[in-house]
Amino acid sequence: MSLSMQDHNDQRSGQQAVRPAARALSLGGMFRKNPGDLIFENVTRFFAFIVLALVVLMVYEMTVQSWPSIQHFGFSFVSSSDWDPVNDLYGALPFIYGTLFSSLGALLLAVPLSVGVAIFLSEIAPGWLEQPLSMLVELLAAIPSIVYGLFGIFVMVPWLQTDIQPFLIEEFGWMPLFEGAPYGFGMLAAILILTIMILPIITSISRDVMRAIPDTQREAAMALGATRWEAIRIVLTGSKSGILSAALLGLGRAVGETMAVTMVIGNSADISISVLNPAHTMASVLANEFAEATSQLYVSSLIEIALLLFVMTLILNAIARGIVWRITKRYGAVAA
Amino acid sequence: MYDIMQQPLKRSSMSSTQTAEEKISVATDMETAPRMEALRLNAWYGKTQALFNVSLEIPRNKVLAIIGPSGCGKSTFLRSLNRMHEEVGGRIDGRILLDGEDIMDNDPVFLRRKVGMVFQKPNPFPTMTVAQNVVAGLKLNGMRDRKELARITEENLRRVALWDEVKDALNKPGSSLSGGQQQRLCIARTLAVEPEVILMDEPASALDPISTMKIEELIDELKKKYTIVIVTHNMQQAARISDYTAFFYMGKLIEVGKTSKIFTKPAHRQTEDYVTGSFG
Amino acid sequence: MSTAALYTWRKFKNAMMLSMTGLSLLAVIGVLFLILAYTVSKGINHINWDLITQMPAPVGEEGGGMANAIVGSLILVALGSAYGIPVGLFAGIYLAETEKGWFARTVRFLTEVLNGIPSIVIGVVAFIVVVLPMKRFSALAGGFALGILMIPLITRTTEEMIRLVPSSFREAGLALGIPRWKTMLFVILPAAFKGIFTGIFLSIARAIGETAPLLFTALGNRFWSTELDQPIASMTVFIYDYARAPFDDWNQQAWAASFILIMLVFVLNIIFRFVTRKTYTA
Ligand SMILES: Nc1ncnc2c1ncn2[C@@H]1O[C@H](COP(=O)(O)OP(=O)(O)O)[C@@H](O)[C@H]1O
Ligand SMILES: [Mg+2]
Repeated sequence: MSLSMQDHNDQRSGQQAVRPAARALSLGGMFRKNPGDLIFENVTRFFAFIVLALVVLMVYEMTVQSWPSIQHFGFSFVSSSDWDPVNDLYGALPFIYGTLFSSLGALLLAVPLSVGVAIFLSEIAPGWLEQPLSMLVELLAAIPSIVYGLFGIFVMVPWLQTDIQPFLIEEFGWMPLFEGAPYGFGMLAAILILTIMILPIITSISRDVMRAIPDTQREAAMALGATRWEAIRIVLTGSKSGILSAALLGLGRAVGETMAVTMVIGNSADISISVLNPAHTMASVLANEFAEATSQLYVSSLIEIALLLFVMTLILNAIARGIVWRITKRYGAVAA
Repeated sequence: MYDIMQQPLKRSSMSSTQTAEEKISVATDMETAPRMEALRLNAWYGKTQALFNVSLEIPRNKVLAIIGPSGCGKSTFLRSLNRMHEEVGGRIDGRILLDGEDIMDNDPVFLRRKVGMVFQKPNPFPTMTVAQNVVAGLKLNGMRDRKELARITEENLRRVALWDEVKDALNKPGSSLSGGQQQRLCIARTLAVEPEVILMDEPASALDPISTMKIEELIDELKKKYTIVIVTHNMQQAARISDYTAFFYMGKLIEVGKTSKIFTKPAHRQTEDYVTGSFG
Repeated sequence: MSTAALYTWRKFKNAMMLSMTGLSLLAVIGVLFLILAYTVSKGINHINWDLITQMPAPVGEEGGGMANAIVGSLILVALGSAYGIPVGLFAGIYLAETEKGWFARTVRFLTEVLNGIPSIVIGVVAFIVVVLPMKRFSALAGGFALGILMIPLITRTTEEMIRLVPSSFREAGLALGIPRWKTMLFVILPAAFKGIFTGIFLSIARAIGETAPLLFTALGNRFWSTELDQPIASMTVFIYDYARAPFDDWNQQAWAASFILIMLVFVLNIIFRFVTRKTYTA
């Protein structure tokens, strides 16, 4: 019926067109007088209200609980790289850095790969193959992140340590990016595992966006003597903003991903440019230290990290949804 | 469904040594050698056959109108002529000649530069400006000279009588124009690659009467230089603009001839019924 | 560049780029199969009766199982479902029934927000809201976290599935003078039932696979416990602990548990896809 990426908001116009009768009837005033309808409507509204209340509660509680840390450290919380529980000093910069580095690195690898897969699915694969292939790609999203972590520890890390990293150091060791020793655990492992984990969402949204481009565009290009690839380029230009929002949603996932990253990143609060070094992310420090945090300020600082993480993903998601909303308005008729 | 390399489809099953006598020439009253020719053309979508043994000559620098009830294969025939038919997974057999050469012998990328196409629904590229739309095809072929591109843009927009209307909007998106303007923009885009034949699939059916009139005037102008094949639903339009008319019915070519003859003294009962509107 | 050279170049680029897209797909599917192959080959040999019936062996000893973790996961998911399903379901019905208005729009947006919140953050909230007041880690806290995770998925599928029910159903009901709530409960919901039901199952699959929100809520427990106000074991935390343990046998058990987990999640996912596709084409 509609794109899966579509925000619910966007189906409004279509719905109205399809159901004028239902609309007229439901506004007919008949149920307004019916006590059963009144009760039903208010009960469902109450549960909808719970959703709203939950989000408000989350923001409120996290703000209150991180208040000691916010007051104590102020802005230096995000600018300082001293994370020292022994002396009750907390600066979150290494984790913010690690989160941004790992997720942007993963995005850099995942976007071209995802767009390639999306092109194949939407433009090249024969119709009967498209569904099963898409399903396979989306199954990647269903694998629990703890399983990714397990795969990371026992398969990917040893492979990086014995095969990939020695090669990188040998060939590219002169670049700061590949400086260091082959630990296996570290930023590179985190980036790779995140890449796999965000591929499905970027792929399926990009595919939907590309499929929403009308065939007349492809035909126009082909009829001018474009090769198939050149016609795809036209489709890609039309899908640019949709792919951007897919990337942002993927970034949101990467930023918040916890288990798999925690298990392979090496958990060390250092800021390093080299992907060979162990690192930490906001999510992984929470996973590692929260249960053991002792002092009140320590807990409060960790909760502030959670709050920052929440705000980051909220912004990313809001921007991405906003873009999707704009596109579906533009291609609305096609998307239905 | 898709042929990754855009290899030419399987060679037609007919041998190329086929003699002239074998071919069924329906439009015998043409003055010059035809620009294009279809010889015993059959076309399929998967297992359903959409065209049956169509043989038809397309006269040089004339307008050939293709009429017939909806679903009779007009678009399929048109799209076979520039091999767009195979892009939707279709298949043909029989031969199609362009200036005597089998179009299957060449890469469709080349063919489509010689045989341009205008679609039913205007389809400018919304991500390109008006000016970029006009030269989109040329850029594919490596033209980068800005001055030359600007000159070609103006020239072709003038040819479709759009220049005065859009000369201040050249940098707006192609999709910002009105429907009629968009269709003329698409024609300009097709003209810019200097084709020899222009195929038009109901180019005015989505437009208002005034835009339709402008397109018709344009076609009249273009036929001095180009060979035009136009599919139309509108009998008056066919009568007004075409030199020859072909009537298709259920995938078969029933009759083709001078437009004046088709509309006044058709040889077939079905044609007569259709053009007089007492069809079906 | 001459026309011929340009043409060759364009053909080459076409062939190359198209092959690259195919290779991307192969790579991605290759990774999927690699993960599956490892999980199956490493896990299947260690799946035995002990794993699902025995308690964890004392540290350093071989053998043992995760009976308590399986039961713990079920309890946690049941707790989450107990409030996650009704909230998600009724909120979804409300959204499907209410197209306009700031409230519906806000809730719809917040559903998306909730869906995008990292699960570890939800764990932190459950810690604040449940663990801090109770002054102890507990199954309740874990269940609370999982419930929040389930809500957006259920709300969304419920709304979508209801909207897929042809409007003629609703009109038929209303035209007969049946009140709207009865039409919803007895005509529309049954028609959308399969989709909603599998949507709920999918959210359960997601909850079962979650680890992060349990780390400092349910915590984990090496002993048998079904007390709701006590720390409780779960399959995912079991895998997490056993994966990092320095004992080969424990690592193997982690793989075996992963195998069970992945099978569970995949079966639920495939059923979901199958059912929703049917609904779409119906
Ligand atoms: N993409 C397609 N796939 C399958 N069948 C098609 C397709 N396009 C057209 N057809 C069928 O081929 C026949 C001819 O269609 P078409 O050439 O589009 O007719 P016209 O343009 O005269 O209306 C019709 O019966 C139509 O149903
Ligand atoms: Mg047609």
